[in-house]
Amino acid sequence: MENLNLILPEIFISLSVMFLLILGVFKKDSSKLIFNLSLFTILISAIITINETYSISRVTLFKDSVVIDPMASLMKVITLIGGFLVLVISSNYLRVFKIFKIEYPILILSSILGMMVMISSNDLMVFYMGLELQSLALYVLATFNRDQLKSSEAGLKYFVLSALSSGLLLYGCSLIYGFSGSTNFDVIANQLNSNEYALTFGIVFILVGLAFKISAVPFHMWAPDVYEGSPTSVTLFFTMVPKIAALTVFIRFLYVPFINLIDQWQMIIIFLSIASMIFGAIAAIGQTNIKRLVAYSSIGHIGYTLAGLATGSNDGIQSSIIYISIYVVMNLALFSCLLMLKRNEQYYEDIDDLSGLSKNHPLLSLCLLIILFSLAGIPPLAGFFAKFYVFKAVIEQSMYFLAIVGLLSTVIAAFYYLRIIKIIYFDKEKEKYDTDHGIWLKFSLTFSTILILLYFIFPSQLIEVVSRINII
Amino acid sequence: MNFPILSSLILLPIVGALFLFFTKDKDGNNLTAKYVALFTTIVNFLISIYLWLLFDPTTSAFQFVEERIWIKDFINYKVGVDGISILFILLTTFITPLCIVSVNNTVKNRLRDFLIAILIMESFMIGVFCALDLIVFYLFFEAGLIPMFLIIGIWGGPKRVYSAFKFFLYTLLGSVLMLVAIISIYWISGTTDVIKLYELGIDAKYQNLLWLAFFSSFAVKTPMWPVHTWLPDAHVEAPTAGSVLLAAILLKMAGYGFIRFSLGLFPVASEVFTPLIYTLSVIAIIFTSFIALMQEDMKKLIAYSSVAHMGFVTLGIFTLQQQGIEGSIIQMISHGLVSAALFLCVGVVYDRMHSRLIKSYGGIVTIIPKYSILFMLFTLAALGLPGTSGFIGEFLILMGAFKDNFLVAVIASFGVILGAAYMLWLYKRVVFGKLVNEDLKQMVDLNRSEYLILTCLAVPTLFFGFYPEPLFNTIEVSVSDLINMHNLNIASK
Repeated sequence: MENLNLILPEIFISLSVMFLLILGVFKKDSSKLIFNLSLFTILISAIITINETYSISRVTLFKDSVVIDPMASLMKVITLIGGFLVLVISSNYLRVFKIFKIEYPILILSSILGMMVMISSNDLMVFYMGLELQSLALYVLATFNRDQLKSSEAGLKYFVLSALSSGLLLYGCSLIYGFSGSTNFDVIANQLNSNEYALTFGIVFILVGLAFKISAVPFHMWAPDVYEGSPTSVTLFFTMVPKIAALTVFIRFLYVPFINLIDQWQMIIIFLSIASMIFGAIAAIGQTNIKRLVAYSSIGHIGYTLAGLATGSNDGIQSSIIYISIYVVMNLALFSCLLMLKRNEQYYEDIDDLSGLSKNHPLLSLCLLIILFSLAGIPPLAGFFAKFYVFKAVIEQSMYFLAIVGLLSTVIAAFYYLRIIKIIYFDKEKEKYDTDHGIWLKFSLTFSTILILLYFIFPSQLIEVVSRINII
Repeated sequence: MNFPILSSLILLPIVGALFLFFTKDKDGNNLTAKYVALFTTIVNFLISIYLWLLFDPTTSAFQFVEERIWIKDFINYKVGVDGISILFILLTTFITPLCIVSVNNTVKNRLRDFLIAILIMESFMIGVFCALDLIVFYLFFEAGLIPMFLIIGIWGGPKRVYSAFKFFLYTLLGSVLMLVAIISIYWISGTTDVIKLYELGIDAKYQNLLWLAFFSSFAVKTPMWPVHTWLPDAHVEAPTAGSVLLAAILLKMAGYGFIRFSLGLFPVASEVFTPLIYTLSVIAIIFTSFIALMQEDMKKLIAYSSVAHMGFVTLGIFTLQQQGIEGSIIQMISHGLVSAALFLCVGVVYDRMHSRLIKSYGGIVTIIPKYSILFMLFTLAALGLPGTSGFIGEFLILMGAFKDNFLVAVIASFGVILGAAYMLWLYKRVVFGKLVNEDLKQMVDLNRSEYLILTCLAVPTLFFGFYPEPLFNTIEVSVSDLINMHNLNIASK
């Protein structure tokens, strides 16, 4: 009998999803109840995850198709916390748009479930299953504000392109299966014969699919449109949570079955990384919509994360994970600010709407200032350390070109962050925004901003948690 | 002594800023905020004086060293001072209270935020001068960009946005290469601790590239020709207090960095690149002096003169002679005092007439005599008249340069003449001459706070001009040991 305790969080979430669906059908006006129950579900599964899997070094289940290790447990916890915070701060936004429905929390729960399956997958089939589960939920979430043309467009676009990339990915899986005789990561690693060129094709196809999911250049085209069109709370979800899962799969896929083929894939990752960093920095300059800008900036940030992956070392993986964790916090803070730009039941999302914010809302602007400087990677804020660890790992492998290109692109990227700060602090003020925000929104903003600001006092803690991750 | 005196110097302004943050922001003349800020900085100044008294000038070892584990197995938070850095700390803590007094007249809106920015800036600057770990140094060095960007951008003049962006991006671009170099040093030597690196030395084959990476950062910050163009813009647009901080202290970070890191860590490369530095310094001295002659805006003129003066500093540092380096340090201190005073002088007339153009003045000597006298003093100090601190620095630098390279020294000496030309011509056009502009008659002479600030700056300028012994005492051993270490390193290679 397998040790089911280890996947208890997944089981718990899937049971809750079914239960909540049934509850939603039979009980009228239950959206608030279901909302709260979902929060509760996420919280409990996070606790179970920590409790059951935190101290495990590496266990595989179900004929080695599922793996539980420190990386899986850490990434699951981050995913769950991210999902929890997204849910908790989006309730007001949903109410304003009158889309506070039972489906929203349930869809988020099921996409989280898919991500958790992805994170733990040690087999191409399990991985694909998880990926599709989360993607399906995300398509619907993108169109959630269905009365708005843009939202429907975003969902459709996301669906078409994502389905295409899933197809590529699946084709890559079949190639790999054909040439190695197994879909299991460990078995593939043993069976590997690097002379098979078709195998390289397989890797490339899968990498393309994955690069699409994390919106790395040149597979980023969907991101700006989808981010702009989706409801803001869903955009927040898009920028944070799926990336964690996709990154984990990325790491596992490259470093477990194909670590010996590093010569084959390293160049691809370096290219993806450099292209994303530069493109993300340059394309963001001309944007006027904050959500589009965030889309491009997230492309850039993915570039830095990939730079850590390209190193082929444990330090690199750890630095990528640190980067994505800090990035999640920064994004959460940024979107909390965005969700506060509300006046007369309407949300504002143009950069010009921030004009002169510092006059009327000094505290909110101060938070934005800290967040933006942190995103730009200026010390002593958390964003600097994220970049610092990545480049430390990159330089350890003597990849100076990557490091220098990366750091130069931070200078370009600094320009558009500074532009927002300029608009907030140097420009003429506009009307006041509402100040009656929900307690959770205020909490998440304060909490994440303080985390960003004071990270430099205790930088060792995060490193200690991450240093337990040993993939190679 | 176990009391963490350096950390308290760094932290105190931040505590003051936090305190201000929680006070209410009133419009208009926010006296409470100003007194809090003033009190904090004066206490900081007293602490640094106390530090100077405790300081033992007979050794070149780092004193008051504090070390704490910061990132486990990687970086330690380490601070300490030697004879070179302590003077810069004193300069910082001395200039900042004067800046705060000077905001009386210049900053009208959001005074509290302005003071917070200045206080945070002070703490970062002190951090730069006492950091003994490359990464800690980098943190402080870069973090200073944030408050300065805001000071220029929020409280600056009409073209402030352009200037603030230029300042920020230029310096950031220079610094990221330094970050690459710092991380490389970590992987080459296994540590970023400056003291350990001094002992270990860095393999000569890496030194050239690393030196260039550090150079890219310091050259922008110094600023050296041809990457000096951000400085005039930033100076002109920044509010007076911002210009003062920028000229008096920020520019010195780079000079300090050259001495501490470029010379200390990369002796071989420093020899290799001396011709480069000489060329750029001489160009800076001559070329920017000519540009200064052409300026119509007083602040811009002084900004260009700063570039020329910093040219002397870099020249002096890379003579690698006792006199040259000592001269550079004294020149930096003196320039800190004098350029601060000159910017304040410009600020004084700007507050009254709202013009910085030279041609809108002339003949004000009879209207505001006190001002004219003090302005005269600082003009003379800027052109290096014997009896002012400016003379000592320039003289020593040229002496060092003559020892090392005759041609360079001769050309640089012309810079002194040009310096006299543009400063005296500026003074003549502003203060003497016929009173053409009738509005000038309404100008009032220095008020109490302005008088106080300028006198505070005049005293050390004159004192160290006549009696520079305390400065020499402090730096002598550290500099001579630095040179000995350098020569040893060169000989062993």
